[in-house]
Amino acid sequence: MAKLESSFKNMVVSLSVIAVVAAGLLAILNNITSGPIEQSKAAKQQEAIKAVISDFDEIKAEEANGLNINKAYKGGEFVGAAVESKSANGFGGEIKVMVGFDAQGIITGYSVLEQKETPGLGTQMVTWFKPQGEKTKSLLETIFGYEVKTIEKNSSIIGKNPAEVNMTVSKDGGDIDAITASTISSRAFLESVRVAYAAYAAANDKPQPTNTDANSGATTNGGL
Amino acid sequence: MNNNVKVLLNGIIKENPTFALLLGMCPTLGTTSSAINGMSMGLATTFVLICSNVVISLLRNLIPDKVHIPAYIVIIASFVTMVEMVMQAYIPALYASLGLFIPLIVVNCIVLGRAEAFAAKNGIVPSLFDGLGMGLGFTIALTMIGCVRELLGTGHMFGLSIYPESYGMLVFVLAPGAFIVLGFLIAAVNKLRKS
Repeated sequence: MAKLESSFKNMVVSLSVIAVVAAGLLAILNNITSGPIEQSKAAKQQEAIKAVISDFDEIKAEEANGLNINKAYKGGEFVGAAVESKSANGFGGEIKVMVGFDAQGIITGYSVLEQKETPGLGTQMVTWFKPQGEKTKSLLETIFGYEVKTIEKNSSIIGKNPAEVNMTVSKDGGDIDAITASTISSRAFLESVRVAYAAYAAANDKPQPTNTDANSGATTNGGL
Repeated sequence: MNNNVKVLLNGIIKENPTFALLLGMCPTLGTTSSAINGMSMGLATTFVLICSNVVISLLRNLIPDKVHIPAYIVIIASFVTMVEMVMQAYIPALYASLGLFIPLIVVNCIVLGRAEAFAAKNGIVPSLFDGLGMGLGFTIALTMIGCVRELLGTGHMFGLSIYPESYGMLVFVLAPGAFIVLGFLIAAVNKLRKS
């Protein structure tokens, strides 16, 4: 078949037909996938709550200080809350975290929902503030039978109560070691934890945190 | 059939889009911080390449010359959007790490380049093999870069721990490491090709 010549009519017709067919196909696919996309977003939310509070059978959503608080109940008894918190002071923009507290206000876990920190540096916040678990042995260590010691650090926020522990980086006089080479990301992360606790405390009549700036959410003590 | 194999190997070795043609550098540098990310990006691009090559070769006589680029872009963008929606719906974890780069496949020179240079002049079957070959070449290249960067940067390969992470050279995970690894790999591939 000979190629269509570039007359005005041919150009308009062929481009229009291609555009209409493409739009139609995309609309159909959008119909099919929009359900699963919504579901996976909701599932991510649920998983984040489950990751930070261990044992519950009912969630009641509330709001305090402008943050969403998912209060968890087991058999009608209050067992803790998962607070969706955020900080705008990350190295790469906004950080969103889910922080879990038990009924006493002790941090039971956290998960990072959204972050745009530097890969390999600030992104370590996903695991850095959790306790150092069992080290997985690398292949070379297994083959040669020796072990590289990990450096001791005091960076875990799990099991600590922000009302008693100063949740700022040690450089700023706080009790938590910042991520190596990522002080700004660490500050932003700890700010979001403090903001989360302030909201939790406001919703549950708990003592406010020790460091005074937690309510305002300001973090810049000292700068770099 | 022999000819199709030649077209396939041409994309993987002789005209490898990354190592020989140096096309599509943006995703090459951006997504290869780990082997699995590089491979996934390569496979997503392969899918788009095959589909767009086949459809463009099918329509090559129905698209008037003067509007061929807008028509190609619409076709390519449709396939990219499909990949994006399907990935978001069924592989959300992968979408979270690659999400930013998927829409950029539209402007990846490899895809439009092959549509122009190959699919617009050849039949459906050779175009399919050309898309497959170019896509696989791209995937292999990205996986290689990703492997090297992940190994040197974090001590892992495909998530498996090879040596302790504290000995990793962080620079290889960051942007400068991408350039360094790409440069050395191109040099090595050129040397191998010449001998």
